[in-house]
Amino acid sequence: MINIAVCVKQILDPEIPAKAFKIDPEAKRAIPPKGAELVISDYDESAVEAALKIKDSYETKITVISLGPESAKSTIRRCIAMGADEGILLSDALFDDSDSFATAFVLAEAIKKLGDFDFILCGRQEGDWDAGQVGSGIAELLGIPSVTMIGKIELKNEKAIVERVISDGREIVEIPLPALLTVGSEIGEARYPSLRRIRDASKVEIPTWNAENIAVAKSRNKMLTLFVPTREGRCEFIQGENPEEAGSNLAVKLRQAKLI
Amino acid sequence: MTERKGVVIVGEFSDANLAPISSELLAIGRKLADESGQELSAVFIGNEISDQVTNEAIFFGAERVYVIDAPLFKDYLNDSYVGALEQLDKEIMPETLLLGHTSLGRDVAPRLAFRLDTGVTLDCIDLSIDAETKLVEKTKPVYGGNAIAKYICEEGRPQMATVRAKAVSPLGRDASRSGEIVAFDPGLDEVAMRGKVVGRVKEEVAGVKLEDADVVICGGRGLVGPEPFEKLHELAGILNGAVGATRHPCDAGWCPYHYQIGLTGKLISPSLYIGIALSGSSQHQAGMSGSKIIVAINNDPEANIFGIAHYGVVADYQKVLPSFIEKCGELSSKKGPDIGIEIQKEGRSQNE
Repeated sequence: MINIAVCVKQILDPEIPAKAFKIDPEAKRAIPPKGAELVISDYDESAVEAALKIKDSYETKITVISLGPESAKSTIRRCIAMGADEGILLSDALFDDSDSFATAFVLAEAIKKLGDFDFILCGRQEGDWDAGQVGSGIAELLGIPSVTMIGKIELKNEKAIVERVISDGREIVEIPLPALLTVGSEIGEARYPSLRRIRDASKVEIPTWNAENIAVAKSRNKMLTLFVPTREGRCEFIQGENPEEAGSNLAVKLRQAKLI
Repeated sequence: MTERKGVVIVGEFSDANLAPISSELLAIGRKLADESGQELSAVFIGNEISDQVTNEAIFFGAERVYVIDAPLFKDYLNDSYVGALEQLDKEIMPETLLLGHTSLGRDVAPRLAFRLDTGVTLDCIDLSIDAETKLVEKTKPVYGGNAIAKYICEEGRPQMATVRAKAVSPLGRDASRSGEIVAFDPGLDEVAMRGKVVGRVKEEVAGVKLEDADVVICGGRGLVGPEPFEKLHELAGILNGAVGATRHPCDAGWCPYHYQIGLTGKLISPSLYIGIALSGSSQHQAGMSGSKIIVAINNDPEANIFGIAHYGVVADYQKVLPSFIEKCGELSSKKGPDIGIEIQKEGRSQNE
């Protein structure tokens, strides 16, 4: 039996239009626009998919762990609908506004408490703050090896053979278990849960642990300011009698501007 | 306790050449060191590191270069690289430690920061010394580039950051500069290193490299398949440019992953960027908003890309592109070599 923990985060849909994106500079966070959805952070979904790919071939138990507000239970349930076995929510006012250090600390404490895992999988970076250090941080706190930006995982003789995506290709790395891996979208498209599975998962109880169950750490990084950079509307629209003419007019324009 | 002092950058190189990120790190490191009256050092880790690399680091601004050179460091593994930097930190006690936001830096920096019990900010686009606190103020895009945040690390040393490629211009190369080169042995136990690199797949790029290209043609979700990329390559050939893509075409297997431009793909800043049938999601914009001139062709006038574009055509790209390519062919002064076509017709076999 292979034991996998997957850490996931619920975030504000990153695909909301830039125009709808607003922040609260005092609270230093984004204000969700009306009707904006809370979704699983993209790469965390890739991490769930990576765990499911292992489960496709081996007897595997997948535990999903999320640190966040009560609403994050829906994200955990979605992972269960995709094929994970169980989930746990880490939620406490003391965890709010945790930076990567404090987040990794709480997750590592929860993982220690949950027991022995062969793999701990995380997304390569979160889809809101883009910090990109929680996975490596957990590995360091647990004292286990890590490989980041994984596009493929295979198992061989109690070891994992993983493909790490680097700027000019891939490196194939053999790593002993237990190991922490951070996963990118190169793992392939995440599977879509069936309606039946979504319905079943909606009934699953998600236990919650708070600061009484797990230790808390102080944040290391202090945010001084958060602001939205100004974007000026300056686009010159090239016209034509028809799209074909607009196309050649565009080329003429670029030539006049000495750009081509 | 000994006082921490100095700025150290973790340099990178390929063969005997200093990587561009190294001279960029030296430029921003030089600025921080000068503002706080400290020394700037560089460290290189590898096996059989060329003298040319260490000399160039001095020409680009380093006063001292530490060389950690042993067969153990031939392949990159975070156990050995983090371990080496941990030992160097103990030895030289820097106040500030900077890495590139590269495959190496984004892997090393968080593990090293946790091990040294300090904070790190990844993917910074600017660093400066805060006048009041004298701490390094670290500026980074968040929410996929929709917002910018500034951070400091009050407790925990060294102050650490990774810096995005092309965020800083290198200083002028000055071959008359001199500096000290110091070999450092971190004394790591080779047996204790976990993991090993057992293979490598290099993606060969025909023609101009995407990151280095002066003109970039980028295709998006609206291309609806791999075939239109042939047209994009035709245009790239005429303009001596390179072809890239947003995330969707890569996920869908229409083109290889190394085409991807964006927060999690390549970060580019060409003179001319032409976006075709793409909406300009914040994730994508984070990778290309540094382009000097942005051109967009999209049939949706509300597409985000028009918000940052200089020139735009609102129409079906299929109707615009052939006449645009033809006219570019007539007018362009940039004609380059035919850069070849890398269309993936059957899945992602090229990456396997």
